[in-house]
Formats: sequence, structure tokens, C-alpha cells
Amino acid sequence: MFSNNSALYGLTVIVIGVGGCLGYFFLSNLFLDKVLFPASGPNAGRNINRANMIRPWLFLFPALFALVVYLAYPVFETLRLSFTDRDQGGAFVGLANYRQMMDEPKFWEAVQNNMLWLIVVPAISTAFGLLVAQLTDRIRWGNLAKSLIFMPMAISFVGASVIFKLIYDTRPEEQNQIGILNAIWLKLDGGIGSILMLQVLPSILLIGFVVIVASVAWSFVRGIIAKGEDKSVWLLPLRLLVAGGALWLIWVSISSLLGLWIGGLPYGEAQTWLTIPLWNNFFLMVVLIWIQTGFAMVILSAALRGIPEETVEAAIIDGANPFQIFFKIKVPQIMGTIVVVWTTITLTVLKVFDIVFAMTNGQWETQVLANYMYDKLFRANDWGIGSASAIVIMLLVTPILVWNVYNARKEMK
Amino acid sequence: MASIAGKKSALTWAVHISVALLVLLWLFPTIGLFVSSFRTADQISSSGWWASLFPAEQNEVYRAADPDDNRVADGDMFVVKGNIFEGDPRDIRSWGVSSRNVSAYQPGETAEMKDGESVTLQADGSYVWRGNDKQLSGRGQRIFITATVPPEFTLGNYTTILFSGSGQDNMAKAFFNTLTVTIPATIIPIVVAAFAAYALAWMEFPGRALLIAAVVGFLVVPLQLALIPLLRLHLGIGIGKGYLGVWLAHTAFGMPLAVYLLRNYMVGLPRDIIENAKVDGATDFQIFTRIILPLSFPALASFAIFQFLWTWNDLLVAKVFLIDATGSTTVMTNQIVELLGTRGGNWEILATAAFVSIAVPLAVFFAMQRYLVRGLLAGSVK
Repeated sequence: MFSNNSALYGLTVIVIGVGGCLGYFFLSNLFLDKVLFPASGPNAGRNINRANMIRPWLFLFPALFALVVYLAYPVFETLRLSFTDRDQGGAFVGLANYRQMMDEPKFWEAVQNNMLWLIVVPAISTAFGLLVAQLTDRIRWGNLAKSLIFMPMAISFVGASVIFKLIYDTRPEEQNQIGILNAIWLKLDGGIGSILMLQVLPSILLIGFVVIVASVAWSFVRGIIAKGEDKSVWLLPLRLLVAGGALWLIWVSISSLLGLWIGGLPYGEAQTWLTIPLWNNFFLMVVLIWIQTGFAMVILSAALRGIPEETVEAAIIDGANPFQIFFKIKVPQIMGTIVVVWTTITLTVLKVFDIVFAMTNGQWETQVLANYMYDKLFRANDWGIGSASAIVIMLLVTPILVWNVYNARKEMK
Repeated sequence: MASIAGKKSALTWAVHISVALLVLLWLFPTIGLFVSSFRTADQISSSGWWASLFPAEQNEVYRAADPDDNRVADGDMFVVKGNIFEGDPRDIRSWGVSSRNVSAYQPGETAEMKDGESVTLQADGSYVWRGNDKQLSGRGQRIFITATVPPEFTLGNYTTILFSGSGQDNMAKAFFNTLTVTIPATIIPIVVAAFAAYALAWMEFPGRALLIAAVVGFLVVPLQLALIPLLRLHLGIGIGKGYLGVWLAHTAFGMPLAVYLLRNYMVGLPRDIIENAKVDGATDFQIFTRIILPLSFPALASFAIFQFLWTWNDLLVAKVFLIDATGSTTVMTNQIVELLGTRGGNWEILATAAFVSIAVPLAVFFAMQRYLVRGLLAGSVK
């Protein structure tokens, strides 16, 4: 009866839902105090104690119910489903789903792209956020600037996808380009300015990236060979994993570097940006970076404000220049917050679905795990592989989960 | 000292300029969408939105009046006179009579064509088309003009999207559907979580620390894991796909953050107030509703904004738990994705639809930014 007036339906639900919640809490407390364990009569004292033992669970029950049914149970159920096959009536098939998934090139494409996303988006968002937080710290219109950069946080991933599709839009050769990226691209002509901007500058950035990755990897790998390092068994796989990931990243960087110089750039032709393999991933990442920078900025800005003035003043008296103050005094003091921001953005990246779904739907080698899972689930109707890929996402999240719980417990003690 | 002062001001300038550039860079995409939503389809496809802020050159094609009805004899020739702009004048830069050379002539010049046929076009759009009996028959002569048009904006797209559009182009229904999803899904978790947060903050019971740790763990469990089992559950117990399912899902998915934020806030409230109230004989229920809830308003507001933005902007949960095959309960994000698929080139529809869906969160954002920032600072696990 409400189906043709969803707003009224919604309103009714608010009244029933909120009223029901308050009613539940009120009546259950009343029942506890007046009927079950009345605070009067012969056992008044004992009853009050008993009532107070039960009361927390009355307060907690709806929330716990929601958490258990909607979050805890699905984790285990998904794990179970990932070992079953829907076509065989839910029969247990062991690791067959995982094996089948591993055989699919699309899955490996999703894993590779997710790795790229996981490295690029948190790094650049945090770096930009830190930059903006520092730059706006002391200027008068800093708050206005911050709120404008923070604004994309309110925009949905879908809305942001539309915004950026307009930027990447391509028109046939003879028409005016209405996407700003192609309009700028067609202004470049392969002259010295273009070479500097599009070949020399990216090359320097890529080489810098390779150096950073290599040094991080070396600091991990060195432990295997060097003496006096912690050689516990569980560190070895981690080290090998980091080394492998780093080698892959270096390979990707160097091959794209070579492609940049050998292939030559197709100046003067409008590009369909979202169909250029590898690079299109970066065009999608830009959307998320655009959104997440504001988040990083807000948190890091608060952290920068929290730095004790004396440390900065002491550095100024010692003759440190602004860059030294920033990198040697301020950044080390907010390292903890930087890690928090980084991990929070990492979590967002792992779940990123809307952007890829709306912009390319995983075509042209832009698949990511969350979209791969959705694809398996609702297009291929394969619950087994869908669950298996969800479990892969869960495994990637688990280290952060453990770390967060560990820290929260440490803080409470 | 002077040199140091000078250096400092140069650095200050550099800071101002780079912040301004960054802000512009960050605003530029949104402004593009905003401006595009006020342009007609022709304007959008003929030039980039950044050009629309200035007078633009535009190519248009007109046709002279039908010669069979309008020609008048002039000696042994015939003439058709008229004005190509029927009450909608343009500033003509150049014009032509062939699609191969659309800017061959200046206004006031005469285009000589084959066998004595000619067209003269004045700057005001009036033309004289002269030719013999055979030439001035059939359809009117085509006239191509290049005109400069002043910046021009229209509200027409919004009328289409909100009121007059048909089928997929009309967002009004999706707008109300989104509201229907969002409001209960924002309010109900607050009530539920507030009670739980109070219990976790101020009541003593065994297992409390474990529960708090579990909430922190649930904060990061990816939504993707919940989809399949819960959809099966909903279909199994008869909720199916619909509003009830999506409300329950949003309520539960928002619960960890709600409990975490509210508990952290409530723990910080002064212990004296609560103990005094207990001494005065207040029950936990009274303490909660009369003291804790009003004092926790900032935290409640923070979470409300988060949950509102998240449910309003959500696509995945709505797609899985709400939208059925009939599509009558579609939400705005889903409709926009469908528009991207079917009308990928119709930017006037897309931009306007996207802006309609973005406008509400943006308004909330600017109105309640203070609480959002506070919530972010409290919510990121330290």
C-alpha cells in the first residue's frame, strides 16, 4: 500500500523504527526493574545487583545483534561459501573455486591493479594532504582553502566519476575537444616544452620512485644476509614478499619508462584516455586521490597544530631553514598520524568499487578486486568464486585489522 | 635582518600562490560539471565548458525560405527574400553556401554560384537569393554561418531532469527514493548505537574490553564479505530486495563506526555528573536520555553526517539489497551509472543529473563541516 509513496513509507519507518528502539529500551528496562528483579520486597538488594548485571546486555542487544548478524556471521559464511559450488547444490568442493580463480587472467589483472592502487593512492593522497596542511597552516585564508580542497569528500564516487569522465572525454578528430585533458593534449606539439613536461619530468619521477622502492626493498632483504639481524622464521616470508613486490614494481616502472622514450608520444591525436592500458589505471586513481586528499589534509592539519611550538622555535634559533623544519622537526613528530592516514586510505582503496564500475567496469585492463567480485557475483552468478575473491580482499585487510585492534587495546590499558 | 625578512616574504608569496593553484586545481573538475549543467546539448558538444565563459564562435546552418511559395519574379529571374534568423539574431562573422567552405564570405558580400545564381547575406541575417526558374525550386538554399554567440546559460536541463524528462532522464523519483533510503538509515543506527556506546563507556560488565576490541575490528571488515550471505539471508527469510533490507544493511554497516565514535566521546564526559545523578536515584535509562544524550550532541552530529554522506553516496549496498529487476526503487547513484552507459555522450543530461545528486551532500557538507572534521579526527583509529 505504501509502494507508490516511498517518502511516506520512509517517514512511517522512521517513526516506527525510532519509536520501537526507544520503546524497546524503555520497556525492557521497566520489565527488568519492576517484574523480573523488583527493587523491593525480601530480596531487594540481590535483585538490584542482578538487574544491574543484565542491564548492559539490554542496552547492547540491538547493536550486538546487528554486528553479529550483518558483519560477523557473513565473514564465516563467505568463507564457507568459497569452498562450495552453487551449480552442484552447494556441495563442498575444497579449494576448487580458488584454483579456478587463480587460472583466470582477469583475477591476476585485478590483483596487479589493486597493488598499484594500494601503493599509488595512499602515497600521493597523503603527500598532497601533508603539503596542503603545511602550506595552509599559517596563511589567513587557509581555512577557506582547506574547506575547498576538503569538499570532494562530500561527493559520491559515482558523481566524481561523472566529473572526471567529462575531463577525459574524447571527440572525433574534426570536432572541438570538450574534455580538458584532450584539449591540453592537442595544444602540445612535441616541441621542447612538451618533451620536458611529458618525457623528462615523468622519467625523473619514475627513476626517483624506482630508487625509493629499491632502497625500501633492500632494507628488508638485507636482513636475510646481514649478521646480527632478527632472523626469526616468520619474518622471512614477509621479506621475500616485499622483495618480490618491489621487483615487480621496478619492472613495471622501467618498462613504462622505456615505452615512454621508445614508442614516442602520439602528439596531435585526440586520445581515448580510459582505454590506454596501464595508464588508464592512473586516470582512475586520480579520481580517488582527488577525493582522499581532503581527508588526509584534515587529519594531518590537526596533527601539525598539535606539535609543541617549542620544538619549532628551538629549530629556528638553531638556524634551520623552513624545509629542514618541516622534514626534520615536524614530519617525525606526526609520523604516527601519517601512518593512521595511510592505513585508512589503504582500507578505502581496497574496497574501491564505484569508480571502476562507473568509469570502465574493468574493461581495458582496469579490473580491481572489488569489481571483479561484483562481476562474478551478479553477472556470472558464481557465488563460489565471488566469495573466494571476497576472502582475498579480507586477507589483504587482516593485517590492518590486527594492527588496529592491537593499538586500541594498548591504548585502553 | 633585512635580507632574512625579504626572503621570508618571497617564501610567503610562494606559499600563497601554490595554495591558490592547488585550490584551483581541486575546484576545476567540479566547476566543469557545474558549468556544463547550465549549457544546452549543442553548446556542450561544440566547445569545451571553459570556453563558454567567453563569447564563442559557433557554426550554424540555416535554409532560405521555400522557393516554391515565396519567390517573386524579377525580370526573367526570381528572387527570394527573407531573414535567416527568425527573431533570434546572431553576430555573423562569416558565411558560405557550401559545406566545404562555410566561411567563404563576409556579411554584405554576394556569393556567386553557377549560372548566375547568387545569394547576398547582410549582417542582420536578411538575404536575397536570386536565380532562374529551375534554380529557385525545390528546397531552400542552405546558408552556413559562423557567428559569435555571447555566453549563454539555461536552466532547461534542470527542468528536464527534475520535472519534464521522461523515463531515465527524470531523476525526481530516484531523488525521493534516495531520501527514503537515507533518512531512516541515518537516524536508526544513531539510536541503537548510542545505547550500546553508553553501555560500553559507563557500565561495568565482564567482556567489555573484548567487545570494544571487536568493534574496532569490525570497523575495517570489507563490505564485500557481507554481500552474498546477507542477500541469501534476506531472500531466505522473505525480506527480499527492498527498503527494509537496505535500511537494515546500512544500519548494521554503520554500527561499528557509530559505536566507536560515540563510545570514545561518552568516555570523556565528566564522571561526577553521572555519579551525582546515580546518587540522586536516577536509573541508567534516565541518565542516558536526560544527561548523556544531550551532552553527546557533537558526536551524534558527527556520526549523523558520516552516515548521511555514506548512505546518500552509496551505490553498492543499494544495488545489492534494494534495486530489483523492475528498477522502480532505483537510487540516484544507480541511475547516473545507467545514464553513463546509455547516454554516455549526452553531457547535458549527465552533468545535470550528477549535480542534482551532488548538491544535497555539498549543502550538508558546507553547513556542518565543523562536525564532520571533528568526527574524522575522532574516528581514525589511533
